[in-house]
Amino acid sequence: MTATTSTPKSDSKQLENRARPGQSSPKLAYLPIIFLAFAIGVPLLIIVIYSFLEKPSQGTGVKWVFTTENYKDLFIQQKLDGTTALDTRYIKVLWTSFYYSLITTIVTLILSVPVAMWIATRPAHRRTLLVALVTLPFWISILIRTYGMRQIIADEGPIGKFLGLFDIDWSILYSPPATILGLIYVFLPFMILPIYASAERFDFRLAEAAYDLGARKLTVVRKIILPSIRPGIISGVALVFIPALGSFLQSDMLGGGKTNMVANVIANNFGQARNWPFGSALAVLLIVLTLLFILIIQGISKRRGDKVELV
Amino acid sequence: MTRTQAPTSKRGKLVDLRNFPGFNPTALFVLFFLYSPLIYVIIYSFNSSRIGAVWESFSVKWYGKVFENDDIQRALKNSLQVGFVATVLSTLLAVMAALGLLRMKRTGKAVAIALIGAPLIIAEIVLAVGTLGLFIAVGVPLGKIGLMVAHTAFCIPFALLPIRARLSQLDMAPFEAASDLGANERQILRRITLPLLAPAIVAGALLAFAISIDDFITSFFVAGPGATTLPVYIFGMIRSTVTPEVNAISTLLLLFSGGVLIGSYLIQRKRR
Repeated sequence: MTATTSTPKSDSKQLENRARPGQSSPKLAYLPIIFLAFAIGVPLLIIVIYSFLEKPSQGTGVKWVFTTENYKDLFIQQKLDGTTALDTRYIKVLWTSFYYSLITTIVTLILSVPVAMWIATRPAHRRTLLVALVTLPFWISILIRTYGMRQIIADEGPIGKFLGLFDIDWSILYSPPATILGLIYVFLPFMILPIYASAERFDFRLAEAAYDLGARKLTVVRKIILPSIRPGIISGVALVFIPALGSFLQSDMLGGGKTNMVANVIANNFGQARNWPFGSALAVLLIVLTLLFILIIQGISKRRGDKVELV
Repeated sequence: MTRTQAPTSKRGKLVDLRNFPGFNPTALFVLFFLYSPLIYVIIYSFNSSRIGAVWESFSVKWYGKVFENDDIQRALKNSLQVGFVATVLSTLLAVMAALGLLRMKRTGKAVAIALIGAPLIIAEIVLAVGTLGLFIAVGVPLGKIGLMVAHTAFCIPFALLPIRARLSQLDMAPFEAASDLGANERQILRRITLPLLAPAIVAGALLAFAISIDDFITSFFVAGPGATTLPVYIFGMIRSTVTPEVNAISTLLLLFSGGVLIGSYLIQRKRR
């Protein structure tokens, strides 16, 4: 059985575009669009332009000379004797970012499906409270949440103290697992909420009917529940994977600078390393990877006939 | 919604989705996981000990330290000023965008939605360094003005969320009636649209304010030395020496964002 949430007919779209009496003129949107073109569009354009410019011999900024060296530098190393060799440093950074984001997405998904289903099966008044409890961390500063996680997993934090009672050594802070744990912690609500939104609409009588017809529990999960909440899962995967890929604070505060992700290398090139053009090239690469991921997600959801909303 | 009684499986054993094995403990674990770091920070902000991880006795002295710290006061002032301006401007622009988008042609609408949605999709670090590049190129001095522009831009999608949601629920009849009775666009906007949208506009403004106050990455790059905001200051504190003062200031910021969110939620619910 394939349960599909079909896209509404395009009639409604056409209705939307038709001028209706009493509605404001589209001219009202011009000012916000112009402002955003300046404050969002131009910065993105600047990053693309900078990525093709040279770095000045001194100080920060760019030298207005066209070059593609920045992109070559991402993968190729110029040795002092003039020979070139494959440079794996930045490939490793990209791989690290991808790999951490993937683990984060998988773990949050495994945790979120039961939580979303559990919330969706509570009585209505309790559901509102539970959803609010999951939403609240979503709005609390990521800096403070990451700091809280650091306090919890620090060597002398509560976990360390507890394990110390049994003489078990606990030392996870400033390592890759700490970064991944921080990512899972920060992005978990981004996975729970969209899955819950799908689960809430699920007709639980379907699952009950399957039971009546003798289906096993796992069969019910696999054949009925999972297909029904698939749009939520796809949104959740996008909402976790995309920000995790570009995350900065978790590897900075929990990874201790040992585990660099793309955002940390970009930040470093615009800070201490003072190589804006190279940082821009990495930023362009990050944008391309993000857009590629969105295209894949949209492709999957379109083929399956799910309606997935990202924005 | 009424749920039928828990059905029984073939073997006569009671199965109930509400008590699906593993769901209940996972959910409780996740809620504990989500809140324990926050609760830990709040509890330890009342610890009198200088050494963060060792509990000594209850004290509010770190809050006293926070209120005595001139740098924190200055950072708070910067955050509030930037947050206030960014909230007003982003909410205003979001209202205009939401209303204008309703009747926009397909291509224009797609461009507008891409620009509005960009801050939600593109990594903040990319927009932050791009904005830094823009300000250097145009000659905007790094500081509060630049921060206000940058914050306004990324607050717009958040301010827009409740406004668009409310707009899509509105009954069009009053608009058509007003139009039939000869009201012009401006009168309809002032007398009907804005009053009906008011709760959503307030909710959007509160969300924008919470987002602006909490922002770290953009502020870190664009603030410059003179306009340090609270999160940027806290980041510096965490990096240098961790004193329990960080717990106190974090608790204050945490409670503030929580309060703003709850306010936004109550306002939206009241008028529904």
